[in-house]
Order: sequence, then C-alpha cells, then structure tokens
Amino acid sequence: MSRIGVFVCWCGENIARTVDVAEVASASAKIPGVRCSVHYKYMCSDPGQAMIREKIERERLDAVVVASCSPHMHLKTFRKTVERAGLNPYLVEMANIREQCSWVHHDRSQATAKAAEIIRMSVEKVRQDHALQPIRVPVTRRAMVIGGGVAGIQAALDIADAGYEVVMVEREPSIGGKMAGLSETFPTLDCSQCILTPRMVEVGQHPRIKLYSYSEVEAVDGFIGNFTAKIRQKARYVDISKCTGCGECWNVCPLKRNPSEFDFKMGMRPAIYVPFPQAVPARPVIDSKTCAKLIRNGCGLCEKKCQAGAINFKDTDKVVEEKIGAVVVATGYQLYDIGKQQTGKLAGYGEYGYGKYKDVIDSLQFERLVSASGPTNGAIKRPSDGKEPKSVVFVSCVGSRDNAKGLSYCSKICCMYTAKHTMLYKHKVHDGQAHVFYMDLRSGGKGYEEFVRRAIEQDGAKYYRGRVSKITQQNSKLIVRGADTLAGTPVTIEADLVVLAAAMRPSPGVTDLARMLNVGYDEHGFLLESHPKLRPVETNAGGVFICGACHSPKDIPESVAQASAAAAKTQILFAAEELTREPEIAQINEQMCAACFACYRTCPYHAIEQAEVHTPRGVFVKKTARVNPGLCMGCGTCVAVCPSKSAELEGFTEQEIYSMVESLA
Amino acid sequence: MRLAYYPGCALHGSSNDYEQSLRACLGKLEVEPQEIQEWICCGATAAHALNHKLSIALPARNLALAEQQGFEDLLAPCPMCSMQLLKAAKLMDEDAGLRREISSVIEAEASGRVKVLNLIQVFQRVGLDRIKPVVKKPLADLKPACYYGCLLTRPPDVVKFDDPEQPSSMEAIMAVLGAKPVDWNYRTECCGAGMTMAKEETVLELSQRILADAQQHGANCLVTACPMCHVNLDMKQGDIERHSGERFGLPVYYLTDLVGLALGISAEELGIDRHFVKKV
Repeated sequence: MSRIGVFVCWCGENIARTVDVAEVASASAKIPGVRCSVHYKYMCSDPGQAMIREKIERERLDAVVVASCSPHMHLKTFRKTVERAGLNPYLVEMANIREQCSWVHHDRSQATAKAAEIIRMSVEKVRQDHALQPIRVPVTRRAMVIGGGVAGIQAALDIADAGYEVVMVEREPSIGGKMAGLSETFPTLDCSQCILTPRMVEVGQHPRIKLYSYSEVEAVDGFIGNFTAKIRQKARYVDISKCTGCGECWNVCPLKRNPSEFDFKMGMRPAIYVPFPQAVPARPVIDSKTCAKLIRNGCGLCEKKCQAGAINFKDTDKVVEEKIGAVVVATGYQLYDIGKQQTGKLAGYGEYGYGKYKDVIDSLQFERLVSASGPTNGAIKRPSDGKEPKSVVFVSCVGSRDNAKGLSYCSKICCMYTAKHTMLYKHKVHDGQAHVFYMDLRSGGKGYEEFVRRAIEQDGAKYYRGRVSKITQQNSKLIVRGADTLAGTPVTIEADLVVLAAAMRPSPGVTDLARMLNVGYDEHGFLLESHPKLRPVETNAGGVFICGACHSPKDIPESVAQASAAAAKTQILFAAEELTREPEIAQINEQMCAACFACYRTCPYHAIEQAEVHTPRGVFVKKTARVNPGLCMGCGTCVAVCPSKSAELEGFTEQEIYSMVESLA
Repeated sequence: MRLAYYPGCALHGSSNDYEQSLRACLGKLEVEPQEIQEWICCGATAAHALNHKLSIALPARNLALAEQQGFEDLLAPCPMCSMQLLKAAKLMDEDAGLRREISSVIEAEASGRVKVLNLIQVFQRVGLDRIKPVVKKPLADLKPACYYGCLLTRPPDVVKFDDPEQPSSMEAIMAVLGAKPVDWNYRTECCGAGMTMAKEETVLELSQRILADAQQHGANCLVTACPMCHVNLDMKQGDIERHSGERFGLPVYYLTDLVGLALGISAEELGIDRHFVKKV
C-alpha cells in the first residue's frame, strides 16, 4: 500500500482540545507512503465521510487510516464509507486518539506527540493489510425449539407463522410446561389453561411445526446455520399415529394410584396416562416403572382393550437426527426441593417440615389444589384429611435470597403469585384467613403493586414482614412460629395449611444441554445471555437463543416477550439464504501444522477440527488442525498457543503487529 | 476401641452421673475412653463471649494434648464441648495463619488430626449392627422422645452431624434397642441451658414446652445426650411442674443409660437411681 490517506478527526472538542490536530495531520503527511493527510471537525458526519470518499477517488488511495475514536464506535461506519468509494472495507484502520489519548492526557504537547505515534502505528498496520472477503455460509432455515412451555410455544409459533419450519422437543409427554398446571394468573386472574391451551393446540396442528414430545436432545453438532441435532424419543409404548386418544386404556388400567407428576404428587394417575385432559399430543404414555406388563409381564389389559392396536409393549427408545439452522432454548425452571439436602450448600429447610407434614406444600402444589382441573376439582382441601383449611400461612422466599443454605438471588415472581394465592383462597373460602410472611414486597410491573394492595386491602390477607423459624404439628394443626420484624414481636399462628414459595431454579439437566450447545451458564445453572442489556436473548454461541426461565426467574409476560424476541432473532438469521460473517478469523497453515492440537483443546468455540491432508489421489499425507469458518469467533487463542506459529488471525497477523511495534522504535 | 475422653466441667461436676453411665455402658461395648491428661476448659462459658482468640485457644490446647498423647479420636460427651472443639478445629483448618498464632499461644501444635466425636457418633462408630445382637433386655415398653437439644446438630457447618432440623440418628439407636421412639416436634429446641443460673423462669418456660410436647406425642420418657439438658429437664422438672401447674413425671435418661439397660447393666450401676424423676 503506497497511497495511504490519513483522516484526523477533532471529535468536536473531544480530541482537538488536547491534541493539536493540524500538527498531527501535517506530521502524518510526512510518513512514507501517505498520499494525503487532512483533519476535520467530525469525520463520522456526512460531510466528513464525503471528504474521505472524495479523497479516495481523487487521490486514488488504496488504504485509509481514520484517527478518531475507538473502533467499537465507528469502525463499521468507516468500512461502509470506503466500500462506497470502491475500496475493500478491510483496508481501513482506526487509530484511537480519543479514548487512548486525548481523554486520558492533560499535557497538550505530549498528547499531540502520542497521537502522531498512534497514527504512525496504524499506517504501518494498514500497509500490511490485504483485502478480505466476508465469509458466506449456507443457512438451514429451520429452527429447533427445546422446551414446550409457554416460552417455547410462543417462540415456535412466531417462527412457524413467519414461514419457517420448527422442530419442537419436549421432555414430558405433553407440551404446556408449568403454565398448563397453574390455576389463575396474576395480575388479571384470568385462567391459565384457558389462555394457554389454544396455543398448545395451534402448535399441535401447525403444518410447519414438527413436535417431538416425550423426547430429549441428546447431541447437537455443527455451527450457526448448520446444526445437526440428535433427538432421543423415549419409549412411549403407544403408537401415537394409530392411537385415537379414546381413553379406554387409562380407564381400564388397574394401577391407578401412582403419584401424578403433573399434579406434583397432589393427585394420582394410572400407569398408562395422559398428564391432563388438554394434553398435546392427547395421546397416552405408559410409565415403565409402574406398568405391571412391563415390570413382570402381567396385566396387559390396555392392549386387549385398545381398538386401534396402538399399544406396543416392545417399544424402544429411538434416536432421530434433524438438520436445523438455529436453536431456541426454553427449558424453564423447577422449584427448590425444600425438604431435601441438595448439591453443595443447598441444605434444605428441615425446620418447615416439608415432606414430613402432609399439610406443608409448595406453591406449585397449591396451584394444583386451586386449579379447576386439579385433583380436587378446584375445591381447597388440605392433603392430610381433606378438610377445608380455615387458616393458611404462606411463606415467601423459601430458598431465595438466602446465602446460608439457599440461593443468593430473588426468585422475582413469588411476591406476586403469593398475593394471587391469598386472593384465590379467599375467593373460595370466604371465612378463611390468609397469612403471609415476607422479606420485602417486590411488585414491580404493570398493575402488580395494585394487585398486591388488593390482596391486602380487599381480600384481607395479613402480611407479616419477617421469617418463619419453625413449623411443628399439634393436634392436626400446624404451629407456625415466626417474627414480625415491623412490630418487633414473635408471631405464632395455628394454621391448617402452609404453602411455601420455593425458589426457582433452572430445570434439571440444563447445564448438560448448555455444554452441548457451547452456551455459558452461571453458578446457579441459569444460561448466560451475550450482553445483559443489548443482547438479552442471544448467547455467545452463534445461532443459539434463549428465552424464559432458563435464563433467570421470570413470570409469564416476560417469558413470552423474550420468546418473541428469540423468534425475531431467529428470523433475522433466516432472512438470507446465506449467512455473512466477518472474515477476521483464524487460519491454520496446514503445511506447517505439527498436529499437536493444542489449539483444538484450547479453542473456546470448538471451532478447530482435526483434519487429514490427502494427495489428489487420496493418499494420506498428514494430520492437521483446521478452522471451521462457521464457528470461529476470531478470538486469537489458537494463535497464542500454537507452538509452531502455524495459526494466524486474519486482519491481525503477526507481521502486522510486529510492524506496528517496529514503527515505534 | 481406644478413645480420648474429654469430660469437660459437667461430667466431673454436676453431671457425674452421666460419666458413671458412660463408663459403664461403653465398657460393655469394649470402648475404652481414656481421660486426656491435664485437660482444661473447653471455652464454652465466658470465653466465647469475651475473647474470640481465647475461645479458640482453650479448645485448641485440648486438641493438641489429645494429639500429643497419641489419640486419633476424641469423645466429648457434652455437645457444648464437642461443638467448641470442632469450631476451633474448623477455624484453624480454614486459616493457616490462625493455626500458627494459636499454636504459639498454647505452646503446642494442634494439627487437626484428632477427630472429635459426640456420643451418638461413638455408637455409630461401634456400629448399630454390632449393638443389636448384644441387646439382652429389649426396651419394648419404652416410648422415648429423643431430644437433641440446640447444639448436637448446630451450627450445621461446624458440627456437620445429621439433619440439623429433623435429626434421626438417636431414633435409629433406640430402634436397635427395641424401644419405640415417638415422632415429636421439639427435638432441636432450646431447653434454656445456662439461663438456669441467670434467669430461671426462661428455663422453666422453655423446658415446659419440651416436656409438654413429648407428653402430647405419647412419650413415656425422654432421652438426651447433653448434661445441661438433663439438668434442666430432670432436676428442674419438679419446679417446671409447680410453675406451669402441669404434671409430667417423665424420666429423663442419658443415651448411655438406655443403651446400658438394654445391654443388661443394672440401673444402679448406670447411676439412674441418682436421677430426680424416678420411673413409676
């Protein structure tokens, strides 16, 4: 490059106050190979950019240095500028004389000298630059949504309605997730199932959605736009293509007393069952752990009764492969297991007697208790003796905000659903009294604070700011001892039922999935977004998006909003047939590579492959590392670890860096 | 089994019936508790309220003595003592600088090699499956309420023993002896402990709740592994009854009493006749 143009920006006063831009420009003009050097008040403004374009054309410049702010601010701008003037966009360098010079120095003469040196370095680098072409990767315009709760359903429907195919994978026999089991929703008290089940049916009937229920993702290979997923379809023992969902089988099944997963053990189900009447698919599954036929070759009544011949006791797990271009993770949450010692410091809360006293239940169990589709058909009866509880204590923050034996974070939705619980209870048991122990009331959200006030003022819930220390049982009453820290007194309440608002944790197995997808996760197992403010549904793995409670505790509106955002991001990816990526990625010199695979082991994006070099006739020559251009993020780790210096980063070659350093000597 | 024995102030003083019971019972199981020579206070009383370093140095010296005298395991039958010893060991394990400092204060090295056991852990070490065949007189008519008190399971990260809120290790021993332990609520509540000196009324109220709950849940006696609890529940039971106007009449046994009885040792030999509430 011998016809370099240098453009020094004042950035208003930001640079010009400390750096003598005119002097810097004239000093730069003297560097060999610099054809022209000018300065202007705002290089990023339209006139500034026009000036660059005009100079490129008139002076026939073959490389450009813009001395202004950080490349994070305006590299994209100036690349577009030079491209419009016919220059390759990778032949522009930015010399950062603002953040790295004028903003951090006071002495004008020293800052001016430093700015000149920074520009000289950039001139030396741009001299070594060569034209790069964006990498194009074909895109499989088909998405996989993992998890069929409300977030997954929203994401899948949005993507499918936009015209793309969706593969949905759900671990349970039916989609619907936690929301399908909720009674009413805050802050409007509309029925959860009434608003969710139409969406579930839409998923089931959508021509572009392929649903794998009772299935799990076993492996995901490939990269953005080009993934291959292995999906394990667990043995269902029912052929859902033959089954009509008539219900003869579960009616005839004699083993009816198995705790229902869907009812969180508040109700019972047969060994062959659909989790709930509105299940999608509305096809049963046989529980291999309880079915007498599968355990000891007994019974078999369902098979005899089935007119469609859909029962298949010889069914086995099947693994299928699907090609997809993007993944949306919507795996949701589980509750803190209150009674049990769990991993690490999660010691459980033995003092609350959960698991010991039948009438101490968690909030999802209470949801089933008040739900019209629940085991009591919506009548509030306590589990021990079926009596209507006249006094109910709700304890919030069980496991949340507890550094000693719980989780440090706030589970965010418990204040709201506990207020809802007190209202639902009062609406069904008019002479009952709800008591709530809370730490703080966190009711930020549209209509949320008003909702909590309604619970207190209209429905008469008694709120105590303080924790519960112990729950014991006496003569079929639960004795709840706690503190009212506002009144400064201990409180003892005789309750008929206690509901514990347990902390929200990510679903079991989500960290395995995250490792499969190269997605980061935090100490609690919640998946990490790419940027907490500006890229909330993207992850550091290209083409993998997250939404809902797998990211952090969330309520329904927020999960749905995030799901639509993830769907929008997926559609952006699918908008073009080919994916364009920045070409500043690593390259391996395969002749020099000693195949030690240090890079293979260190690459954080799994972008290095172990490849073989063959002659055109197919004779094996050697092994080598090879960069997958679809995965490489250009971080340069491989360059740093390569002992034979066979790895180079395009746009940041060692030669370029050395010549920059030499220019300072 | 050779075992260092740290009696602490209680077992040589107000609760020497506990020591009598312990020696008789453990002797039968071929456990040989050997008193640590020149042991000193565990730091439980005033030290931990007044001087943090002293509250570590006192138990640390006892640990160092046990180590010097060639013991690997140490039995501290008083939960306050065992907790103090465990706390000192834990703090020194976590902070090498503190260990050096304390070692220079006590002029001995406590390396942390000695393992501190409470009484229940000694029976677990012997093995419930080995106790079961030597039970001569099963305690079939006994329905004990197993009382752990505040310190056997707490603080959980120091003592690391059983479930801190719903413990069951003593019940397991009772089952082996043929007794029928009751399910009750006040296993780990406070009996009032040392308040018995400063403000007796507190003890009378707190211990009354424990006795009442045990009675309500069908217990015909209590069993404990703490000298302080025994004092409050047994010696003070008369006062508690007068104070509340209720009648309990619940004998309170040391854990070693009941194991000893089941192994065929006489009540006199175990010192049960020296308790205040007699069996009716």
